[in-house]
Amino acid sequence: MDKRKYYQPEIETMPVEQIKKLQSEKLVKQVEHVYKDVPYYRDLMDKKGVKPEDIHGIEDLHKLPFIEKSDLRETYPYGMLAVPLEDCVRIQSTSGTTGRRVIAYYTQKDIDLWEDCCARALIAAGADKEDVVQVSYGYGLFTGGPGLNGGSHKVGCLTLPMSSGNTERQIQFMTDLKATVLCCTPSYAAYLGESLTEMGYTPDTIPLKAGIFGAEPWTASMRKSIEETLGIKAYDIYGLTEISGPGVSFECSEQGGMHVNEDHFIAEIINPETGEPLPDGQKGELVFTCLDKEAFPLLRYRTRDICVLNRTPCSCGRTHVRMSKPMGRSDDMMIIRGVNVFPSQIETVLLNEGFSPNYQIKLGRVNNNDTFDVYVELPPEQFDDSVKNIAEKEKSLKDALRSMLGIGPAVHLVAPKTIARSEGKAVRIIDERKLHD
Amino acid sequence: MGIKQVSVFVENKKGSLHEITDLLAKANVDLRSMCIADTSDYGIVRMIADDAERAQKVLCDAGHTANIRTVTAFAVPDEPGGLAKALNLLESNGVNIEYLYALITTATDKAYTVMRSDDTEKAESVLLKSGIELLDEAHI
Ligand SMILES: [Zn+2]
Repeated sequence: MDKRKYYQPEIETMPVEQIKKLQSEKLVKQVEHVYKDVPYYRDLMDKKGVKPEDIHGIEDLHKLPFIEKSDLRETYPYGMLAVPLEDCVRIQSTSGTTGRRVIAYYTQKDIDLWEDCCARALIAAGADKEDVVQVSYGYGLFTGGPGLNGGSHKVGCLTLPMSSGNTERQIQFMTDLKATVLCCTPSYAAYLGESLTEMGYTPDTIPLKAGIFGAEPWTASMRKSIEETLGIKAYDIYGLTEISGPGVSFECSEQGGMHVNEDHFIAEIINPETGEPLPDGQKGELVFTCLDKEAFPLLRYRTRDICVLNRTPCSCGRTHVRMSKPMGRSDDMMIIRGVNVFPSQIETVLLNEGFSPNYQIKLGRVNNNDTFDVYVELPPEQFDDSVKNIAEKEKSLKDALRSMLGIGPAVHLVAPKTIARSEGKAVRIIDERKLHD
Repeated sequence: MGIKQVSVFVENKKGSLHEITDLLAKANVDLRSMCIADTSDYGIVRMIADDAERAQKVLCDAGHTANIRTVTAFAVPDEPGGLAKALNLLESNGVNIEYLYALITTATDKAYTVMRSDDTEKAESVLLKSGIELLDEAHI
């Protein structure tokens, strides 16, 4: 049997005017639902002087207030819930840390639609029933594993729920069970590729044909090297827990941007400074509105990802808008080894541990893995003339950072006033990873 | 007992050491000894000066991190095995040495040594008992 081209053809190739009509109808209903059932968002709307009856369709979207990450923290844990808790069947959570975590709730329908999105991504990457899908994203609170796992079931693939880590076992299952599609972070794909090469496998003897990689930034050169090492075609996928998980958008075989699942989400690009919507083709911050989500229906959620939307027709036949790979962030969040890190978290640890918040973060890339170095000025009162004692201070600071961030940086104590300052303001982050082409 | 040592925390880059010796020279501080410990990130310069307080003030005024610590200093006969004997003694008594360096002296028959250990009191009593001469500020 020929492989399917689309998972839901009537939706994925729906004429653009029809998609807009569908979005408008869903938006009106969704705004009514959120206004009625989420007091926090009702207050935001009231403050802005907008009522549900002012929203007649997507042309009125810009009238609605934004939701930001800080709103999610403020309303933790239940404040954004739009259905009774008893109607929810699952939570997922962001990779941030204590205090920064966001909990997203799902009804069974929410999970169903999310898994449909992942199924569309798998079909677009050339998978179908006869494929064996190895899901090597983390399972658990992280959305990567559960999302692709569900999508793979929907397509009807034999699914290997490997989760991340234990490379030896990954390779054993991959080769013994002839996995044809790999889903994981791009850095883990690169690592698996290196391990396979070391074991003597070549692109011809590795059973994989395609890979779906996301959850962290990766470059065109990384894509090329993964494709060559594993002998596959590598597809990008995008998503965020706040909106559902992976599959908010996904790449098709044309690989000219990721199709946003527009029947479920409205994508907008705004000027991050003014909040003004920008026309298609202009670079700005990506904002999503959930049209079908029941439990956690965020409206105009600011992702902080800087992107461009492209509405020109795609030769794959899908009519949904394509978003570029994120080109950066409009806030100071860093994604290091797949974990979200905010400079403010590092400042908190430094102050708790008796250091001045004078520090510098250096990010690099060695063998497709992030290097993470934190330079901290040693306060004079903590100076001790023994190298061993300074090394111990570095070690305890590293442990404190690890427990806050979830990943441990290399800590370097340096002499006061040695951290470079430009125009009197310290340069806090030096990112040499070149993650954005 | 013991003598005062000035330590400075410096950036591990060209010119750091030169800047420190320059500052001290301009302030007429006389250096009797100096030792540098460095890692890839930083260096620790340890010095014995004729006036430790003045040296520290000059360095701190110039924005450096400098402190004063009293370290053990002792004299051993300037002959083969002189220092080895002292170190064996310390080790067999369970004293761990953090660092150790030579002190410049005009005496010809003695080798002067500066040391920081994990137990100063014990180190000094072990050395004294075996007849090794301990130094104090008067010797500098
Ligand atoms: Zn396409």
